Amino acid sequence: MSAVTVFGLCAAAAVGLGLYGLIANPQPLRKIIAFNLLGSGVFLLFGIVGRRGAAAGFGNDPVPQALVITGVVVAFSATALAIALLLRLFQIAGSTTLNNRAAAGPRSDPSGH
Amino acid sequence: MNIATVFEIALAAVVLGLAIWTIAVPDTYSATVGFIAYGLLVALIWVRLDAVDVALTEAAIGGGLGGVVLLGAAARLRDTEAMTTEGPSLIVRLSAAILSASIAAALAVTILLLPDPAPTLAPAVVANAGATGMTNPVTNVLMAFRGMDTMLEKVVLLLAIVGVWSLASDQAWGGRPGPRHQADPNGVLAFLARLLPPAGIVVGIYILWTGADHPGGAFQGGAVLASMWLLVIMAGLVDTPPVRSRWLRLILVGGPGLFLAVGLGGLCFGAAFLAYPVAFAKPLILSIEVAMLLTIATTLGLLLAGAPERSAER
Repeated sequence: MSAVTVFGLCAAAAVGLGLYGLIANPQPLRKIIAFNLLGSGVFLLFGIVGRRGAAAGFGNDPVPQALVITGVVVAFSATALAIALLLRLFQIAGSTTLNNRAAAGPRSDPSGH
Repeated sequence: MNIATVFEIALAAVVLGLAIWTIAVPDTYSATVGFIAYGLLVALIWVRLDAVDVALTEAAIGGGLGGVVLLGAAARLRDTEAMTTEGPSLIVRLSAAILSASIAAALAVTILLLPDPAPTLAPAVVANAGATGMTNPVTNVLMAFRGMDTMLEKVVLLLAIVGVWSLASDQAWGGRPGPRHQADPNGVLAFLARLLPPAGIVVGIYILWTGADHPGGAFQGGAVLASMWLLVIMAGLVDTPPVRSRWLRLILVGGPGLFLAVGLGGLCFGAAFLAYPVAFAKPLILSIEVAMLLTIATTLGLLLAGAPERSAER
């Protein structure tokens, strides 16, 4: 089994794990982390395809590499925005739950801003 | 089985273990630390895949700065964990597990059945490399062949910062992001914040400059500069700038603005939008990259600092 295959299976597993965490974990911060894990798996799949496309003296096809670099930066800015939204929710509501019934309690409390 | 294969299998196993830990561990802080370790080891995978440019980006932005954002949030939200509601029902968990496992299995089968020989654009990149005067193929693709992607990505960074700033409360509107950091002025953090930035700034600029011909570029260099800035802020040596500051906003729009201006210049005087005249391709690309380095470093730093929390006067 070549290195490409080993890392490819690893990337597929990361996508699966990230998707499971995104759906099954109730905490928003854990969902954000799981989403990043999913994205990292997708980026690795790009790397696998690029590695297989090694030609013309390059060890990895430069076009998918450039797409992944762009993707990493966009994923980071999306994560930072999501975290800022989450911290603001915590500041206003006093909790970070996404559950409507549970969130109703703290919001009616005027002390939470 | 040679030593490199053993190393690769061990690396994949550790990365997989960290991914499982990140999802399964009950404590959010531990999950965050697991994810940072995962990001740094994934950078090693990128090196093994012969994609050093991506490895630098993943280590600096994915693992490093992304890790700082997540750690900061995890530390602030740590007290809320006790009152977390119970997770979804067993049926939801089970169906999520089945869905995720089948998607992972489908991807794994696809990896094993990829066509041979694989399609590649590398020869096209080599054939056109002379048009830019740079020999790093990834920088060529980023700045010239797919320059549109990179320009729009700068706009995404700008939109993200606008989104973060718009979350400020009324009292802190236009004020300074994040809390005012206090650190022992004679402590290790303050010492490092004085010692490291001179070297870090040189390294960041070097990574930008060498990106024309070797692995590196504006993103990676910008991430290094941003981390140096944050180190000085976290040590309490300087405060974050108020976001209503005019020079700050000028730097933020400078990179994408220059990129857009050069692109429109290509439309007016050249062949197409973002078409560089061959004689000036390298100087034009370098000046865009220098403007982008400043914009990227400032944007990344401000994204990490978060929404404005204090009014500018305090």
